[in-house]
Amino acid sequence: MNNNTSEHTITSSGTAGSPALDIDKIRELFPVLHQEVNGQSLVYFDNAATTQKPKPVLDALHDYYTSMNANIHRGVHTLADRATAAFEATRESIRRFINAAEKEEIIFTKGTTDGLNLIAATWGRANIQQGDEIIISALEHHSNIVPWQMLCQEKGATLKVIPIDGNGDIRLEEFEKLLTNKTKLISIVHASNALGTINPIEAVIKKGHEAGAVVVIDGAQASAHITLDVQALDCDFYVFSGHKMYAPTGTGIVYGKRSLLEAMPPYQGGGEMIKEVTFEKTTYNVIPYKFEAGTPNIADIVAFRHGVEFIEMLGRKKIAEYEEQLLSYAKEKLSEVPGLRFIGTAKRKVSVVSFAIEGVHHFDVGMMLDAKGIAVRTGHHCTQPLMRMLGIEGTVRASFSVYNTTAEIDRLAEGLKGIVKMMR
Amino acid sequence: MNKASINEIQDEIIEEFSLFEGDQHAKLEYIFDLSKQLPDLPEEHKKEENLIKGCQSKVWLISEREGDILFYKADSNTAITKGLISLLIRVLSGQKMEDIARADLYFIPEIGMSQFIGSQRSNGFANMVSKMKLDAAVAYKELQN
Repeated sequence: MNNNTSEHTITSSGTAGSPALDIDKIRELFPVLHQEVNGQSLVYFDNAATTQKPKPVLDALHDYYTSMNANIHRGVHTLADRATAAFEATRESIRRFINAAEKEEIIFTKGTTDGLNLIAATWGRANIQQGDEIIISALEHHSNIVPWQMLCQEKGATLKVIPIDGNGDIRLEEFEKLLTNKTKLISIVHASNALGTINPIEAVIKKGHEAGAVVVIDGAQASAHITLDVQALDCDFYVFSGHKMYAPTGTGIVYGKRSLLEAMPPYQGGGEMIKEVTFEKTTYNVIPYKFEAGTPNIADIVAFRHGVEFIEMLGRKKIAEYEEQLLSYAKEKLSEVPGLRFIGTAKRKVSVVSFAIEGVHHFDVGMMLDAKGIAVRTGHHCTQPLMRMLGIEGTVRASFSVYNTTAEIDRLAEGLKGIVKMMR
Repeated sequence: MNKASINEIQDEIIEEFSLFEGDQHAKLEYIFDLSKQLPDLPEEHKKEENLIKGCQSKVWLISEREGDILFYKADSNTAITKGLISLLIRVLSGQKMEDIARADLYFIPEIGMSQFIGSQRSNGFANMVSKMKLDAAVAYKELQN
């Protein structure tokens, strides 16, 4: 990235001497951003739902199908070798990206939901027994609630919930009270999709381990924003999605510690996950293949590496600093909108602002913003229990990515002021 | 003067919306104005049995029969849904039950609002369209028996 300044560039407060991110240059890599929606240039603020994809990711998809498409791991021909090498290169990229000890601890899935279900169906069914307790937090997405509820129902176990305070932070002292010798598993979100809160997962993992529990981290909203080191965190599982970090949809990761993965029964049965099959008995493949039955989503996983490399090229620290600047700019600008109330004011947040406007329904706000070419998310964000706890039906959520600009935030703020003027 | 038919009213609405020439913002502003003209449903009618749930908005609907004619009253907690409802009421309320049950509501895609009845399920509008037609079909069947 060069150091040209432009009206969209925010000077990075990063390491002395290192150039700031050139946001115009970054935007050039995202073809989808350069279009009009309802007669206005698109402002895409729904990045917490899915990010847009840069050219290297798009090119990788095209290259895969034009130069190496083949089924992996079993073929003896050249294309199969190429495809296998590209597929396994992504596994190594992910290992490096989260600093896992070895690439065998990286399992490919369809996404975070699939990953959480994998853990519930394998580790969960093998280890959770009647009377055991599983702890989640009030901030969880339905994907980190329902698989555990289903497991609890099946096993006669109990699901407990860490409450939050008025800012949207989990109450650690209450968490400690929930821990008992029956606590077998804690599954908690790293960063909340609805409010943006970054949870103190270091403390949760430490306390959880002291109580003898296995700790799962839902990293869906964190992986594109927060530098990850699963060994330093010492979490047992870390689960995330490719499509929220510039990579294609239908890609996800379960990181698990080798000892846990080896002891777990397989997830689905089929090709790839076997060592030897007779009609009487099947022996299973080693990790990670034991958990990757059937032909995987090869092309999208091959392209996933280029999403990771895009983040690494910009630098996670710089991305985080820039997004932090967008977040504080948004807080300042949106607080000028009459009747706007922020939902979730935790000190440590990813670049998400959730808000409600007095007297205007969030659905109407979302529709009107769309008519102005601005894409936001509205509703309960798949966190109905959280919304119920906050006493609201839903919020408007704007979530920022590295290709967003302060000029776009100005458009959001002006758009909202217009909506308030018209509707209240 | 006889009440205009379902299709005559739909054609009127399509013509009104053609003035916006695809300007989505202007259309929504107009729909918002329509929402303010539709009387609120009295609170006593906003009960569970009249509620049509959408993913993001709520719609309450009641229908009243007079001979072979059906009248509708409805409300929503979101302005844009309420404005769209006022269009549905304009088209269907006061029509013969048989005609309502058989109506082809082509004005919705024609005015560029098919997103509301698509697969997004984000408001109660699509469910409301089905419920209005169902009420008419049921009432028509009762009338015949």
